[in-house]
Amino acid sequence: MAEEQKFETEEKVERKQKTGMINAKELEEKYLRKGMMPHIFCTGCGIGTVLGLTLRAMEEIDMDLDNTVFLSGIGCSSRLPGYIDVDSLHTTHGRALAFATGVKITNPDLNVVIFTGDGDCIGIGGNHFIHAARRNIDITVIAVNNYIYGMTGGQVAPTTPEGDYATTAPHGNVEPPFDMSEMAMSAGATYVARWDLTKPVQPMKSIKEGLENKGMSFIELLSPCTTAYARQNKVGDIQEFWEWYDDRTMLAEEYEFEEEFSPMEEWEEIKEKMKIGVLKHEEKKSLGERMQEKIEEVKI
Amino acid sequence: MIGEIDLDKAKKAIGDRSQFIHGDTAVAYGALLAGCRFFGGYPITPASEIAEKMAELLPKIGGKYIQMEDELGSIASVIGSSWAGAKAMTATSGPGFSLMQENIGFAHMSETPLVLANVQRSGPSTGQPTLGAQGDVMQVQYGSHGDFAAIALSPNNIQETLDLTIKSFNLAEKYRTPVMLMISADLGHMREMVEIPDEVETFERKEPKVSPEEYIPFGKGEYGKEKVPEFGIFGKGFRTYVTGLTHDEKGFPATDDQEDHDNLIRRQVEKITDDREELTDIERRRLDDAEKVIISYGITSRSAMGALKEGRNRGEKLGYLRLKTLWPFPKHVIKEISEQVDKIIVAELNLGQIYHKVAEHAECEVALADKIGGEVHSPEEILAEV
Ligand SMILES: Cc1ncc(C[n+]2csc(CCOP(=O)(O)OP(=O)(O)O)c2C)c(N)n1
Ligand code: SF4
Ligand SMILES: [Mg+2]
Repeated sequence: MAEEQKFETEEKVERKQKTGMINAKELEEKYLRKGMMPHIFCTGCGIGTVLGLTLRAMEEIDMDLDNTVFLSGIGCSSRLPGYIDVDSLHTTHGRALAFATGVKITNPDLNVVIFTGDGDCIGIGGNHFIHAARRNIDITVIAVNNYIYGMTGGQVAPTTPEGDYATTAPHGNVEPPFDMSEMAMSAGATYVARWDLTKPVQPMKSIKEGLENKGMSFIELLSPCTTAYARQNKVGDIQEFWEWYDDRTMLAEEYEFEEEFSPMEEWEEIKEKMKIGVLKHEEKKSLGERMQEKIEEVKI
Repeated sequence: MIGEIDLDKAKKAIGDRSQFIHGDTAVAYGALLAGCRFFGGYPITPASEIAEKMAELLPKIGGKYIQMEDELGSIASVIGSSWAGAKAMTATSGPGFSLMQENIGFAHMSETPLVLANVQRSGPSTGQPTLGAQGDVMQVQYGSHGDFAAIALSPNNIQETLDLTIKSFNLAEKYRTPVMLMISADLGHMREMVEIPDEVETFERKEPKVSPEEYIPFGKGEYGKEKVPEFGIFGKGFRTYVTGLTHDEKGFPATDDQEDHDNLIRRQVEKITDDREELTDIERRRLDDAEKVIISYGITSRSAMGALKEGRNRGEKLGYLRLKTLWPFPKHVIKEISEQVDKIIVAELNLGQIYHKVAEHAECEVALADKIGGEVHSPEEILAEV
């Protein structure tokens, strides 16, 4: 069997060298849990795209599947680990990062990746989120921001833009939204990127860089919820969603340029947009490294 | 990964063979001897000293200590650590125990071995932080939502606190389940002489011996305890999906079917309740000719012992029964005793908790000697109910 596997890998490597990619069928064969299909996601939902991007990033770095753990909390996005054929812990709402902390500290050799939603991450799980970032624990967090509580039917989230509609904000949301990536950066995460899913390769590249970063990586993906968000906020179809993202986001470099050079009135409008791109990338000791050094110092 | 469990190293870190220590330290020592190599904690009186001792000793023997941001996180980190292969624990008191309830349920549902030491204090809410109580003994079994079977042990002196901590780890591994060690502020902060055992019998996790394809992570076990499945540690190729949702034997969500849920939960409950008799640990005194018996547990049993002696001096035909196992509740023992005596007196530091379980299974009259406020009973206060 080992021989066969080796052969298969060699063949794949060869094709990858020729075409630059493995095809969807191969991805499915290699990475997905057959017993879990069909998946639960609505037509047009962005979460499937997030899965595809993640698998491609894993393929790029040839991740060791027997040495990888995916974790999640609760929500549509948190169902993702169920579909990937690796060890996985589908935990309680908001707590995945705390579970992940125990996993990673106990066995630092494991690759630890978390899927979370906006509500899961910065709503109920906010405290774990800022502390995981502060510790710079060597894990990768892929956060699906759909601006809403999808799984429970479209209630307002801490990320819902002011004025948007939700089942629990039927007259329009009166609260300002949270910026998860800003929070991750200021709390101490060492790799932070945000993309909307209209970008074909950048999000995959960021996931890959996140997986490679030795510290807390946070990749926020703006993802359409075609059911719970779109209906209430009259985003007609996926085309309109793409326009919606165009209106509300701006590449980080452009944003910074505008901040410096655009006239006051224009800036007031631009200011509200979400910066996308690789927002932070620095090298810093991870929690695991610091712990191990301490053990070496005090061990008997 | 956290290294091989090394008893000699643990003993070296602990130090002298005889020590005058308090209950919290005894919990930490017992844990290290049992092979615990991960502690995820959050400070709370009167349990903080357990975390402090673990923070001091674990790194010395290559183990991991982390202070989490809250108790929701500390119990979560312990579950994560257990799946990554360590014997893992946390310790807390009432307010923290309340916060942990959701993930204790997750540990039951995911059949995750772990140990939780609860150094009880008076509640509800912040209550009397420094004073002891026994107010969480029902919460252990009924605190998290849904159906599950708890295992909870209750020592009454410091040596026994150490010994039952070791036993807690062994039961957690044997039954793939969370085990609760229930002490109280009185024991946590009381000092007695303790002998560090030379030899320690430990139960090691049963790992699957089959291929990942054949491995059944949430069904009946192939070996070991029949209703306890083997534990496929993360990183060993089993690719287990662990979820708090109702799941089938393979671990995949199966949330819509009555039978799936029934099968899963009944097996999880029965793997423990089927062994009720084996799990029951009871101390009996003067029961042969007893007409009345005092039932107690933990620190309260020391007052009950005083009441037994005093009552016997006065010519009362008294007996004494101490529950070292609180859960699964030793209902068979209660039934048997209640057929021999005329009256049972339950003494506990709450307004009646285990009393209700005793009353449920006793055939005779049951009285309650309750006490709250942070002081233990005087023997007289128990005798007043005799
Ligand atoms: C403790 C707890 N509270 C509430 C819920 C109900 N709940 C399930 S999913 C969810 C919201 C998830 O939102 P998000 O994280 O944004 O994920 P999405 O479904 O949008 O991907 C809520 C509130 C729960 N499962 N657990
Ligand atoms: S409710 Fe929204 S987020 Fe959930 S699967 Fe449907 S489209 Fe996706
Ligand atoms: Mg959401």
